[in-house]
Amino acid sequence: MVEKNSASPGNPPKRFLRLRQFLGDVPLLAWLFGGLISVLIEQQVGERLANLLGLPKIPVLFGFMLAMKEPLLLPGALAYVLVLYILTIVLIGKITARPFNLMAAKMIQWPIAIPVILHLVVLYAIMHFWADISLYRELTLKLTLIAIMLTLSLNIINGYMGEFSCSHPGFMSLGAYGASAVMVLFFVNDRLFGDAILPEVLGPFLFPLALILGGIVAALGALLIAIPSFKTRGDYLAIISLAFMFIVKSLFENLQFLGGARGLKGQPDLANLPTVFIWLVICVWVINNFVRSTMGKALNAVRDDELAAEAMTVNTRRTKMVAFLFAAFWAGVAGGLFAHTVRFINPNTFGVQRLAEILAMVYFGGLNSVYGSIVGAVSLNLLGEMLRPLALFKWIIIPLLLILIMIYRPTGLVAFKEFDVRKLIQPKRKPEKEV
Amino acid sequence: MPLLQVENMTHYFGGLRAVHNFNLEIEPGQIRALIGPNGAGKTTIFNLMTGIYTPTEGRIILDGQNIVGLQPHSVASRGLGRTFQNLCLWRHMTVLEHVMMARYSRLTYGLVGAFFGTALRNREEAASKAKAMELLDLMDIAHLADQTVTNLPYGAQRRVEMARALASEPKILFLDEPTVGMTPEELDQMLGIIRTLHRDLGLAIYLIEHRLKIVMELCERIQTLVFGEVIAEGTPEEIQKNPKVIEAYLGKEAVH
Repeated sequence: MVEKNSASPGNPPKRFLRLRQFLGDVPLLAWLFGGLISVLIEQQVGERLANLLGLPKIPVLFGFMLAMKEPLLLPGALAYVLVLYILTIVLIGKITARPFNLMAAKMIQWPIAIPVILHLVVLYAIMHFWADISLYRELTLKLTLIAIMLTLSLNIINGYMGEFSCSHPGFMSLGAYGASAVMVLFFVNDRLFGDAILPEVLGPFLFPLALILGGIVAALGALLIAIPSFKTRGDYLAIISLAFMFIVKSLFENLQFLGGARGLKGQPDLANLPTVFIWLVICVWVINNFVRSTMGKALNAVRDDELAAEAMTVNTRRTKMVAFLFAAFWAGVAGGLFAHTVRFINPNTFGVQRLAEILAMVYFGGLNSVYGSIVGAVSLNLLGEMLRPLALFKWIIIPLLLILIMIYRPTGLVAFKEFDVRKLIQPKRKPEKEV
Repeated sequence: MPLLQVENMTHYFGGLRAVHNFNLEIEPGQIRALIGPNGAGKTTIFNLMTGIYTPTEGRIILDGQNIVGLQPHSVASRGLGRTFQNLCLWRHMTVLEHVMMARYSRLTYGLVGAFFGTALRNREEAASKAKAMELLDLMDIAHLADQTVTNLPYGAQRRVEMARALASEPKILFLDEPTVGMTPEELDQMLGIIRTLHRDLGLAIYLIEHRLKIVMELCERIQTLVFGEVIAEGTPEEIQKNPKVIEAYLGKEAVH
């Protein structure tokens, strides 16, 4: 997928144009198929290939971490990535482009749900086999998927609605504590809550409800901010929401029955990869539905000219409140998933640093765009993991990157692009030769 | 009974009296105009009637209902459409999205529809789109439907705004200087559009205008506003001859 992204900007140099010519007719399903084959190959021969290239083990995150620790291994790691991922995916994608194009042409006639589910299944299979290699990969992947949810939900407020909200870690912690409290109370023998009330078998069934509860708690918290700050427009929301984040943090630090500053641990291990994936799919689906409806586009109208929106019968206050609560709900759900992924939360997890991360992902990826949120969350999250060996320097490199983005693409990498599933999965034709 | 009736509307900005004892009656299908020098309070009157400001005193009755104190969006959805003097378009949205947005208050699918993409939503959005395309056709800008408004020439932007105002299906259309900054050709086209709306759709129109020529051509009755007070009201001919109007526009010397 790397090549595809670099080939898409508006006025690419000639070399990219040729690449686009070459890969333009590969439909999404062929890409996914290529990815699936490549992760399957990795599972079978990855270890041997790594040894052959002089690497001690399979490079976990595309070899970056390895290269940071031992720069001499960099060529080996690069070769591994090139052979196993890039070459395999491009080759298989290109070879299978024709049959998959025919298939896509057929599927586009069916109800949209069928091809979408097929794509999602393949996508999930890729993730599953990729994450199967190591627990670290699985954890990183889950956290990345959760980061997409957070980024997307913040994008509703900061991108689509054009306000500036800083309270996302607060919503996340409300959701995390809400969902954790329920699950620990019911299913875990715990120091704080006493013995489990229900048998563990029921856990997976109650888990979605606990997540939704966490989301609702977060939305109620959002209501507290929304009532005063949406009476007017301007910087009030930024200030109030920042204050809210700190208030929530110190609230949890002082609530002893939720563990106080020491935090809450021992959440049942229910946020496995499929669960997180399914929640992410639901989140993207619902949010994308919302922002593409006239009711969701009212947010854009409010952002670009609130007075005109009112004059065109849009109930702007209600629109803003709904969007804010909706975003908070998803932040809460993401928080609940986060708590059950890392299985330990304390108030410090949801501080200013988390806020900086989420904001960076939103502005890096692109405002007002579902693609942008996905790109931003995935790239910054993986980058953060890759640069982890650099410790403190990570916090110099990532902000520098952000500054560059702000200079060259002020609204982010993929801003203002509508996420149209139909367009995404349709059969592709070779782009016309440009003179 | 008149469609819109304004009785003794007065408005203060702090200690400044912006509008004093303003009265207005508009019958269905009538075209009326409000003229006056810069800063006379014309746009303030529009903003008062559309609910952006709440008048200090007075009543505004639209179709038998008092609309004083209502939010602008509910005034708009009761049948009072407007355009703006300085083109308040949404710069990241396409032409089609603009026009569909004005049908917001007619959508009944609610949040469930918005979140889960129900059949009702698809039906209503499709109907809304059809209606929007119809209006774009009427304005002759259907071929621009997928363009972002910032890419359009000025005249086309004015048409988008007009189509958007019509999409809320108003009973009265308020036009705030619809021809400002236009070339003579664009101006002629705009005149044609306003006439079409009046003739074919039977809309009542109330417009603010600077160019007396247009007002004289279009309107049945004209009010002249100076410093927040109506100094003259009548047919175009009467207004043209009224010494007070001439004085307000040209200064006192010219009368003699």
